[in-house]
Amino acid sequence: MLLNQFLLLSAILFAIGVYGVLARRNGVLVLMSIELILNAVNINLVAFSATHEAVSGEIFALFVIAVAAAEVGVGLAMVLLLYRNRRSIDLTEIDLMRG
Amino acid sequence: MKVLGEVQLPGFTPLGSGEVVVAQNVAFGIVAVVMVVAALRMVTTRNIVHAALYLVIVLAGVAGIFILLGAEFIGVTQILVYIGAIVVLFLFGIMLTRGALGEGEESETEKRRMALLVSVLLVVVVGGALVGSFSDASVGRSAPSRTAEIGDTLFSQYIVPFEAVSVLLLAALIGAIVVARKD
Amino acid sequence: MTDLFVLAASTGSGLPLGITDGGVWLLRNAWIIPLLPALSFVGILFFGKRLPRGGSELGIAVLGLTFILALLTAITWVDHRDNYHGDEITRTLAVVEHSQEHSQEHSKDHGHPSLAVHATITWFQINDVEFTAGTLIDGPAVMMLLVVTLVSLLVHVYSTEYVAGDRRYTHFFAFLSLFSASMLLLVVSENTLQLLVAWELVGVCSFTLIGHWWEEKPNSDAALKAFLTNRVGDMGLLVGVTILFFAVGSVLPGQFGSFSIAETNALANAGYLSHTALLVSSCCLMAAVMSKSGQFFLHTWLPDAMAGPTPVSALIHAATMVVAGVFMIARMYGVFFEGFSIGGSSINLMALVGGFTTLVGACLAFVQRDIKKVLAYSTISQLGYMVMALGVGAWTAAMFHLFTHAFFKACLFLGSGSVAHAVHSFDMKSDMGGLRKVMPHTFRTFVLASLALAGLPPLAGFWSKDEILVGTGGWGFFGGTEGNGAYTLMLLMGLVTAALTAAYMTRCVYLTFFGDFRGHGHPHESGSRIVVPLWILAVLAVVAGFLNFPKGFPLLPDSFHERFGHFVEPVSAYFPSIMHARPSWSLAIVSTLIVLAAIATASWYYFVKVEAAAQVAGKSLTELPDGPTTQYPLARMGHTLLVEKYYLDHLYTGIIADGTKGPLASAVYKVNQQVIDGAVDKVGEGAVRIGHLVYHRFDQAVVDGIVNTSGRASSGAGEELRKIQTGKVQSYAAILFAAATVLAGVFIVIV
Repeated sequence: MLLNQFLLLSAILFAIGVYGVLARRNGVLVLMSIELILNAVNINLVAFSATHEAVSGEIFALFVIAVAAAEVGVGLAMVLLLYRNRRSIDLTEIDLMRG
Repeated sequence: MKVLGEVQLPGFTPLGSGEVVVAQNVAFGIVAVVMVVAALRMVTTRNIVHAALYLVIVLAGVAGIFILLGAEFIGVTQILVYIGAIVVLFLFGIMLTRGALGEGEESETEKRRMALLVSVLLVVVVGGALVGSFSDASVGRSAPSRTAEIGDTLFSQYIVPFEAVSVLLLAALIGAIVVARKD
Repeated sequence: MTDLFVLAASTGSGLPLGITDGGVWLLRNAWIIPLLPALSFVGILFFGKRLPRGGSELGIAVLGLTFILALLTAITWVDHRDNYHGDEITRTLAVVEHSQEHSQEHSKDHGHPSLAVHATITWFQINDVEFTAGTLIDGPAVMMLLVVTLVSLLVHVYSTEYVAGDRRYTHFFAFLSLFSASMLLLVVSENTLQLLVAWELVGVCSFTLIGHWWEEKPNSDAALKAFLTNRVGDMGLLVGVTILFFAVGSVLPGQFGSFSIAETNALANAGYLSHTALLVSSCCLMAAVMSKSGQFFLHTWLPDAMAGPTPVSALIHAATMVVAGVFMIARMYGVFFEGFSIGGSSINLMALVGGFTTLVGACLAFVQRDIKKVLAYSTISQLGYMVMALGVGAWTAAMFHLFTHAFFKACLFLGSGSVAHAVHSFDMKSDMGGLRKVMPHTFRTFVLASLALAGLPPLAGFWSKDEILVGTGGWGFFGGTEGNGAYTLMLLMGLVTAALTAAYMTRCVYLTFFGDFRGHGHPHESGSRIVVPLWILAVLAVVAGFLNFPKGFPLLPDSFHERFGHFVEPVSAYFPSIMHARPSWSLAIVSTLIVLAAIATASWYYFVKVEAAAQVAGKSLTELPDGPTTQYPLARMGHTLLVEKYYLDHLYTGIIADGTKGPLASAVYKVNQQVIDGAVDKVGEGAVRIGHLVYHRFDQAVVDGIVNTSGRASSGAGEELRKIQTGKVQSYAAILFAAATVLAGVFIVIV
């Protein structure tokens, strides 16, 4: 297997995740797209780790998973708070900082 | 590819090196396609529960990739943590914020075009850069990575990040509780 | 000036100045004498009101003390003059072979030189040049000290009765003291700058004292007239002093000028100062003399100054201040002698002015009703005598006349004051007459002083006036007199004036003391404080003449001759060598005869004809009702001319002053308003218009345009940039990702 195929896969997933972050209105969906991005990064890391026969990439991926979990927890808590205050999680409606 | 000795398992005929490679590539291809399709569907579907389920597929695919790359521990951890906990969390979130968004929501054309542009740009740049840099490098472990080795490295060389991450998890826990509690 | 060498004079080390800084203590510290009355002035001003007699006792005490000091100074001077053998001060000169025409040609042996005592302190310094203040005590200074202190003391005593109960009694005495101090300062001054200061100071005191009763407008007008007329002459003094300052400075090494009287005169005598400078400065100084000493045509203030109290008139306008001009000429005689070339000439400006003044004053005295005005014009006439004497080179005669005149004129003025005190008026024609019976002392002293003024021997006036006539050198008969020149015209003027003087004084005496009383009330003799000074002065008027018997006078040993002249006339390098005229018996006899003739004529007119007419009319008359002025139009015109004081006041006030105030001033005003102010206004308007232009075109349009545009640009840019701030997270994220991608691309491509 070539390294490139993993890297390409990772790039594509990353781009799709970015699309999801930018294009969707639902806050939860945005968070899910962020998970997509992080997973793409993980693929990258593990692929490199395999290439070099080292284990540090995997450990980094482990950390990323842990952090992603934490981030999702906090993110959803915020979305819930948003839902509670505004009865809506439509991100296009949240423009109080509009200047 | 090096073969560091043969593992003799009863009733099991090991594959030859060339066959292994082909099988890996095929497996990779299938998994990759499934993942990409699922990801695409995830970001385009209107039904958010469907999106969550598509996410599950993607995550499973990622786990498959990990195992393909010989990172078994990570693969299993991926399934356990991501699919087992995070997606469940997402489903809870969806459930709690369900009525907020109707079915017929559609993002603005303008925004979609912008996002498309950005993501395409991103693919081109990143993909191009990465692929261009690592041409013809092959990946493949001689043997799957050993969990013991991961454990050793984690608790010796990366002990500080480990502790930091645990503090982070604590902070996130407290933070999530504080942010989302009803008072 | 190509060579610089030291003049080797007789002493061989510099030009001798005829002064010394040694001498008796009192001569060197004579500055005390002006200081005491000055202190008295301050004392009376601050404490006078609290003293039991209103300050007059302080003034009299201090003046008495000053008189004693003056007497002591005179005594020490008499000793010093003949017996002092100390060092003479010399000055080195920076000079080239300069003409020394006049230096030693006619030096005569006058005996032992009289070295004036010179004491100075440094007043201030400019550029290494020291300006000093100090005293120069010599003969004339000592004489003046005596005269001023004596007359001032007598006037003080007189005033205690004359101005008793006055509204400003203390003030009066304060200023009498200040005046005495100023006059004393003037006579001891060793340099012209100090003299100038004292000159102005006496002018101020005169102003203050004339205007003592300033509530009545004529008095304040008279005071102003006196002061301003003096100012006109003071311009001359200032210019003259400055010219001399620089003329002297051009001759002394290392100095740009000197005010010192001794130096100036010594250099003038030795011929080192340019004749032109001396002539010009002499003319300027003559202007000052003309105003201060009442010479024609700046004399107009003196008669009006009679508006002041009579003691003031006696002290200031008879005996002391008006002679300041004469004294100044006497002090600076070296300058005048060389400047006007007095020696060996037959006419010069000073003699002419003096001679003319004597005639003018004497004529005007004939038509006055006011007794003080008669005496004022008489003073003008006698001052003319003194200036004329100086102009012909009879220096000692002039000083002697000054000396005697002070006594008899003061006596006359105080006498008139006594009369006025009794009849409460100065008008002879309407309020006096026949007072000899009720005021015997005043009558006798007045007559004595009048005869002395007229010049009847052996009274004082005869000796001094005769010496002047002799000094003109114009008498050619019986061997002549051999003066410094041949001033025949002046002799003539002097003789005519002597006659006129006798005549108008006779008129004055008749109108005041003879005939019947024409006034109101019951006049009586004045108190002792008035009468005693009168007698003192009258006695002096009689005997003062004996101080200067002319040389060759029989019956008396030589040591009695010319005592006055010996002690007063300096024999020094700073005094020019003048010729002394030989006394002439013939001239004396002729002048006496002329005086007697004049008295006789006037007496005949008044005592015979007017008395006869009075008998006919049955009342007291002052003039003949059908006299010459009523019959001959020429006589009447002459009379009017005299009454109008030669129309000089009209000239000064009407033509010069009003002409300046009227047409000249309005023409200048028009020029100022239209031309000058017009130009200024145009400039202002132009500036305003330019300002508007700048404001509208430039400031508003350009500058503000730039500012506004930049503001609008900023806000426009802000409006545009605002659109980025959508408030939506996803748009921010989009930008973020896009930017990150681009940057990554850039990095990859470049790096």
